[in-house]
Amino acid sequence: MSPNSRDDATRVVLDAAQIHRALARIAHEILERNKGVEGLGIVGIRSRGDLIARRLQQEIARLEGESVPIGAIDVTLYRDDISRGADHHLVQITEIPWEVDGRTVLLVDDVLFTGRTTRAALDALMDFGRPRAIQLAVLVDRGHRELPIRADYVGKNLPTQRAEDVLVRLSESDGLDEVAIRPAGPRIAAVPGTGVESKPASRDTRARRA
Amino acid sequence: MLFARPHLLGLEGLTAEEIDFLLDSAESFKEVSEREIKKVPALRGRTVVNLFYEASTRTRTSFEIAAKRLSADTINLSASASSAAKGETLTDTARNLAAMRPDAIVVRHPSSGAPDLLARHVDCPIINAGDGAHEHPTQALLDLLTIRERKGRIAGLTVAIVGDVLHSRVARSNLFGLLTMGAKVRFVGPPTLVPPGFSELGAEIVWDLHEGLKDVDVVMMLRIQRERMNGRYFSSLDEYSRLYCLSADAVARARKDVIILHPGPMNRGVEISSTVADGPYSVIMDQVTNGVAVRMAVLYVLVGRRKAGAEQGEGAVPIALAEASPRRAATGE
Repeated sequence: MSPNSRDDATRVVLDAAQIHRALARIAHEILERNKGVEGLGIVGIRSRGDLIARRLQQEIARLEGESVPIGAIDVTLYRDDISRGADHHLVQITEIPWEVDGRTVLLVDDVLFTGRTTRAALDALMDFGRPRAIQLAVLVDRGHRELPIRADYVGKNLPTQRAEDVLVRLSESDGLDEVAIRPAGPRIAAVPGTGVESKPASRDTRARRA
Repeated sequence: MLFARPHLLGLEGLTAEEIDFLLDSAESFKEVSEREIKKVPALRGRTVVNLFYEASTRTRTSFEIAAKRLSADTINLSASASSAAKGETLTDTARNLAAMRPDAIVVRHPSSGAPDLLARHVDCPIINAGDGAHEHPTQALLDLLTIRERKGRIAGLTVAIVGDVLHSRVARSNLFGLLTMGAKVRFVGPPTLVPPGFSELGAEIVWDLHEGLKDVDVVMMLRIQRERMNGRYFSSLDEYSRLYCLSADAVARARKDVIILHPGPMNRGVEISSTVADGPYSVIMDQVTNGVAVRMAVLYVLVGRRKAGAEQGEGAVPIALAEASPRRAATGE
């Protein structure tokens, strides 16, 4: 059975309605702060940040009647742990089919944790041009930052222990909308040198750790 | 991790899942080459050695560009293969190279099996860039990617591989790859270059070009090595091209939506007519573009991975060692 399977200790912290309300609020905040959608672009971090980005785009379109350009990035190639032994999975396609130069780019991710994914995403974005500004929106901020990075828009601040997993499920990829916390537990381990790889995070219910 | 092998020595023996993983990855890497800044930091600080014992412009350049777009440092070594004691020389070279601590060696060699030999003597990933008449796996991967892109699938297609199959590592790698992915393969060429015994590899053998192209989805031309056309395998170049040159007439035998591949360099007028090479069915330039993406994917997958016994990174998933020690506190706090 996958290490991500549900057990009694897993605690749901956001249900579908709460996720929807949080994203609706963030959409309002984005519009308020940027005084509309002029010059705005949305980029979601794969995987799941891109799905949240699409929901925010739809919410903004509902409120303003205008469609903000959207893109998605995979930050795998910019991570700082490639050479430090992180397992890599399939690199997914990055697509930002519009000029980043001069735009305010809203970067979207599902969970903000150490800040390292955000750092990688900032580097990746800069390779596409020089945005006027970058703002960060996340569904969940779970703390434990390792870099001086903060979010501009937060769906929910979620105090966690470092070793806990925050599981984000979205209907587009996982069949339901839910954010849950799973306590730390023993998992299949990597034993260095034996060739046994740790088994983190299948793609469908992936615990975001960074 | 869907590709756990330490080297890429050939496509023989790879599973469909492994090939799919490499092709899926390559698809993502294509986008990097379309950016204004064509570089990602994935392999920063890594060294890739291109060790070429045979002349090659396209493959070597393609590997070099791929490595540079991943931010790796590249070194090109062209070595003469004239030494009588090839095996020994190669072993010595391997030891010397290993002492310089490269992170990958891309090797092309006139002798089949040279990359395997190298792999036994150095502890970094070896990528076969063509060995003798054995395999040329990255060429076949880029061909598979091109076919998959254009046709939307590989399984169920009929692919004619035409020309000097006997001496062709491209034909062999493609045969293994195509059969694994569920395509049908037809070898087409004169009996001297397409011996009947090759049917044991799983391909259909057809000696007539027009018959061989009947209803195929893909035509994969092989380069005729002029130096081999000295009468031993075929009486003259003229006669060869009269019978086996891919002309518009011959292409008309294939399916209407046929695509035509050629690994280059082309001998126009010998194995392929210019009308066909530059015509609407040709996907030859796609192949070159896909070559860079495939080599980026292969380098990234082989070089960018965990080293045995490597420290767990800060951003990586923390692990607990089997049942033993309590969960290790993540570093960096």
